[in-house]
Amino acid sequence: MLYIQQTAAVFIKDFKSELRTRYAINALVMFVITTLSIILFSIGGERVSPDVLAGMLWVVIFFSAMSGLSRSFVSEEERGTTMTLQLLAQPAIIYFGKLVFNLVLIFSINTLVVTLYLLLIPLFTVQTTSIFLLTLFLGSFGLACASTIIAAIIAKANSKGTLYPVLSFPILLPLLMTVMNATKLSLDGAPLSEAAGEFRVLVSYSVVLIAVSWVLFDYVWKD
Amino acid sequence: MNSVHLQLENVRKEFSRRIIFDKINFELTNGNSIAITGINGSGKSTLVKIIAGILSPTRGIVTLTVNGKEMKLEQYHNYIGFVAPYIQMYDEFSAYENLKFFARIRGMHFDTGYADQLLDRIVLYSRRNDAVRTYSSGMKQRLKYAFALLHKPEILIFDEPRANLDRHGIATVYSIMEENKPESVIILATNDEEDLSHVETIINLDELKEQQKSEKQMRSSARSKQPSTEVAK
Repeated sequence: MLYIQQTAAVFIKDFKSELRTRYAINALVMFVITTLSIILFSIGGERVSPDVLAGMLWVVIFFSAMSGLSRSFVSEEERGTTMTLQLLAQPAIIYFGKLVFNLVLIFSINTLVVTLYLLLIPLFTVQTTSIFLLTLFLGSFGLACASTIIAAIIAKANSKGTLYPVLSFPILLPLLMTVMNATKLSLDGAPLSEAAGEFRVLVSYSVVLIAVSWVLFDYVWKD
Repeated sequence: MNSVHLQLENVRKEFSRRIIFDKINFELTNGNSIAITGINGSGKSTLVKIIAGILSPTRGIVTLTVNGKEMKLEQYHNYIGFVAPYIQMYDEFSAYENLKFFARIRGMHFDTGYADQLLDRIVLYSRRNDAVRTYSSGMKQRLKYAFALLHKPEILIFDEPRANLDRHGIATVYSIMEENKPESVIILATNDEEDLSHVETIINLDELKEQQKSEKQMRSSARSKQPSTEVAK
């Protein structure tokens, strides 16, 4: 119970800090607006297949996650507060606090992305809402799990900006392929049972990543 | 207050194969105070970070025992109050908010009365609701003492305790040290003569290095003077 309270305290600290500094949210919103505008201009009046639209949605989500989710650890490193946190709590508490913060951030930004995508691109019509929502939920969850531990790793590096997407891409590739498939199924109007395989992969991906991160974080966080 | 026993056995630290210090041995219990001195780059800050569990030693062991029970490394922070120029507070929050977050992240109940008392003592009470970014470097340094004392730790580690402080601030730090001395372990990393007068033991890392170097030379010269068994035969 105490661990949960401490994790919640790390999250609240990050959340309030984000509200005051707008460290990640400004970058994320600007990125989403810019990329969606570029997609709109490039599509023009053309009829684009659902496969491509599903892929493009996840491209926007992937890169917006890359532009914002690393801030949770990078900002601590840049402000010199990493050591302060190391003196306050066990590494696992910091990790889970940051993970919850990234989850909230990615769910908020993905809600914005999907709403804008549905409004601005009329060809993107979801036939099976349950598959689409579950994919979005599990995909965002997996994305936050991977991004959090990668952010912790790259926060100590000199070239954080370039290293983050480069290191994330191979780790996120299985997740991206699965969510793109599942999104396509939702656009094609497939029944929920048809996407069960994809959901199993997404759940397993997140479970594996959380377990590995929990074990590795002690080593990443110190030294 | 808990009974603590801190022991360092043959602690060595290397950075990219460069030995910073080696064979550091000492033990401290409640009521002991020690200062680590040495020229810039001698490893004072590195050593206190190792003691606090922030850095790991290349070789050797640091053991913290509380009430006879050996603590795990991830539990050290509960018993240590650390002040150093490289520790930073959150600029976007006020002093009060910083302390509140620190208490909650530690899993403690935030005792407003004690926090007010600490802020009053470090002369930040009137500015407690102002964002830390508006503070001077001396005020930020004083806030670090509230951060270090908030959880009433048994071990106080002050790296460059006087950094950025005015005369009044320095006097407050010394009074904190003197007040905690009988029951706590106090570790300073400093070269300041006045700081050194407040501790009972001084470890000079440069002298220690020289001593280890001369002992090594003596051993090697003794070995070279000793005729080898083959020659003797």
